[in-house]
Amino acid sequence: MTGDDRALSRRLWLGGLLGAWPAVLAAQHHAHHAASATAPAALAFFDASAAAEVEALASVILPSGATPGAREAGAIYFIDRALLTFDRDKQPLYRDGLAALAKSRLEHFPGSHSFASLDAAQQVALVHAIESTLFFELVRFHTLAGFLADPSYGGNRNLAGWRLLGFDDSFHFEPPFGYYDAQEPNG
Amino acid sequence: MPPQPSFLPRDPVDFLIVGAGAAGGVMAAELSTAGFSVVVLEQGPHHRPQDFRHDELGVSFHAALTNDTRLRPNTFRKTESGAAVTRRAIEYGCMVGGGSVHFTANYWRFHASDFHERSLYGAVGGSTLADWPIAYDDLEPFYTRAEWDIGVSGLGGSNPFDAPRSRPYPLPPMPVKSSGVLFERGARKLGLHPYPAPVAVLSRNFNGRPACVHCGFCESFGCEVGAKSSSLAALFPRALKTGRCEIRPDSYVRKIQTGPDGRVNGAVYFDKAKREVFQRARNVVVCANGAETPRLLLMSRSAKFPDGLANSSGLVGKNLMFDCGLAARGIFEHPLNDYKSIEATRVLHDFYAADPARGFYGGGGLDARFDWYPLAFAVDGLPSGLPRWGPAFKDALAEYFPRMMTVLAHTTCLPRESNSISLDPNVKDAWGLPALRVTFDYHPDDIKNCWWLLERQKEILDAAGARKVWTDDLSVLGVSRHLMGTCRMGRDPKTSVVDTFHRAHDVPNLYIVDGSSFVTSARQQPTCTIQALAYRAADAIVRAR
Repeated sequence: MTGDDRALSRRLWLGGLLGAWPAVLAAQHHAHHAASATAPAALAFFDASAAAEVEALASVILPSGATPGAREAGAIYFIDRALLTFDRDKQPLYRDGLAALAKSRLEHFPGSHSFASLDAAQQVALVHAIESTLFFELVRFHTLAGFLADPSYGGNRNLAGWRLLGFDDSFHFEPPFGYYDAQEPNG
Repeated sequence: MPPQPSFLPRDPVDFLIVGAGAAGGVMAAELSTAGFSVVVLEQGPHHRPQDFRHDELGVSFHAALTNDTRLRPNTFRKTESGAAVTRRAIEYGCMVGGGSVHFTANYWRFHASDFHERSLYGAVGGSTLADWPIAYDDLEPFYTRAEWDIGVSGLGGSNPFDAPRSRPYPLPPMPVKSSGVLFERGARKLGLHPYPAPVAVLSRNFNGRPACVHCGFCESFGCEVGAKSSSLAALFPRALKTGRCEIRPDSYVRKIQTGPDGRVNGAVYFDKAKREVFQRARNVVVCANGAETPRLLLMSRSAKFPDGLANSSGLVGKNLMFDCGLAARGIFEHPLNDYKSIEATRVLHDFYAADPARGFYGGGGLDARFDWYPLAFAVDGLPSGLPRWGPAFKDALAEYFPRMMTVLAHTTCLPRESNSISLDPNVKDAWGLPALRVTFDYHPDDIKNCWWLLERQKEILDAAGARKVWTDDLSVLGVSRHLMGTCRMGRDPKTSVVDTFHRAHDVPNLYIVDGSSFVTSARQQPTCTIQALAYRAADAIVRAR
């Protein structure tokens, strides 16, 4: 791109001469940040105890630590909404899966009250016991989606997931894009 | 832009086009510009560019832009004797613009050798490998026409294996990404010849459309700025400007009608409300892709054509060729941020030609690309052997995502008569029509070729300095996005379905223009050749007027 092209492109960008796209990008950008800043009001599918169990599972999959995990990203809100919208048909898998998790928990840790109240080592041990189940695969997928899907779905709060991956949601970039093309003389 | 005309179904239009994809867009633009009245029937919706979102879950995972197999199921079996099971087996863009909307936008011409591989390499057992009835020189002017009409970025002459071209690309190559730099570094060390990827994406403003903003969402997504040169962005606006082209989205054709004279006279389709409409036409052009085109022809059987329309050869639906090729992936020391800009900026054709010394038929083109959006990457993109959950998993996500790249192979798929599209005898779609049944198994040489190339891909990543290299396994082959070969082009009506200008041998006013005409798969990336063939077919129609 020559300097003139760049200037032209910049003018078109500012003036919107080639259509509505800068406004569209701006609106999308705004939507991300608006969505990511607002916590969903309440859970609508899970009751409090089921939500605590699923959130604890999600936290084992993507733990909190030096960087935000599933909990800070609000993955539970994504999952709750998913089960009432595009993944309605997965509701029975959650009901049955949570029941099976409770059964397995009592076998491993008799007298325990919930997955959420186990200590970290116990939780990890129990996830190892169920990690080949369809239920775990589903919770894993939902947790990752609640971390990395568009924030408008209720998760990925404060862009926690995208930030962990180094994914910049500007959706418009100019070269250089990365370390190696920046090293190129004519990159 | 004038309002779209509203043709009456009872008044025959000059051309009725079924399918508004890569080929349908070319046919609509060329025929309406030449003065013909045109109605385009498209089963999918008509999106506006500003409707396209960067929403991986909603668009990619929920298949928002592709065929909905809950409504139009596929069935699949490996062999003709096997029982077909219901599963997604093919994927195509289902909207005005078709696959040209959501494709990666690699825009490769065929090599000259692609048109006569049977003569070059001889017969391959278990395959119907044949020469094309046309040569590269027949198509060259139309490759050029396509590149200059829709807007393609690239550097002519930079690929030493390319056939001669009559004109440079209209736009300079896209800026190289880190994956392209590393690929080039590794390939050059090995004495190979990487070159800037030719892509149907605008590197500069072109014909009133803006240059790419490098958002990174090409594959699986529509371009919200119109910089990807899809039929939606680059061709239908020209067709509509003529005032002679009407696009009817949400219109699902169930039958092409044949009159007592053996000529087609229109098509019956379901509109959005599932009402049947019969649109009359003087000519019909089927551009419904390499899977839906043969299905429609087979559904269009009549007293005159009891085995399906244009099927006296029995070859409608046969010789289906699939997408093929595996991926090698590498992680590097520094961030590539390969999610920015277009998928692929460097390509290599050193292994394109088949070489009998390898002991099998096959070849492929390689590209350096971004292949995993964030969610798909987290679900499935890490090397096997790494944890799938927990703190080490989270650390790996952060380490790998910005630092990894893919070298993807685009490889030969041999034609076999036993691989086909047919009508499922049991499963129906939501309109009560027979489901599309896929019968497909790769030829053993296709698989040998994939494994052989995968070693070359790994060598390039190693030579580029990857800290670690890992690969796909064969399980990734199974859903095809490239649909080729099911209405083969040829001179002999006994061994082919369409003639060298895409007219059905059996029906003088029926044209079949899309990937179904392909005699061989070349090295995948079929859109460029689908469109060049469409420009050539339209040119022949206009000249014969």
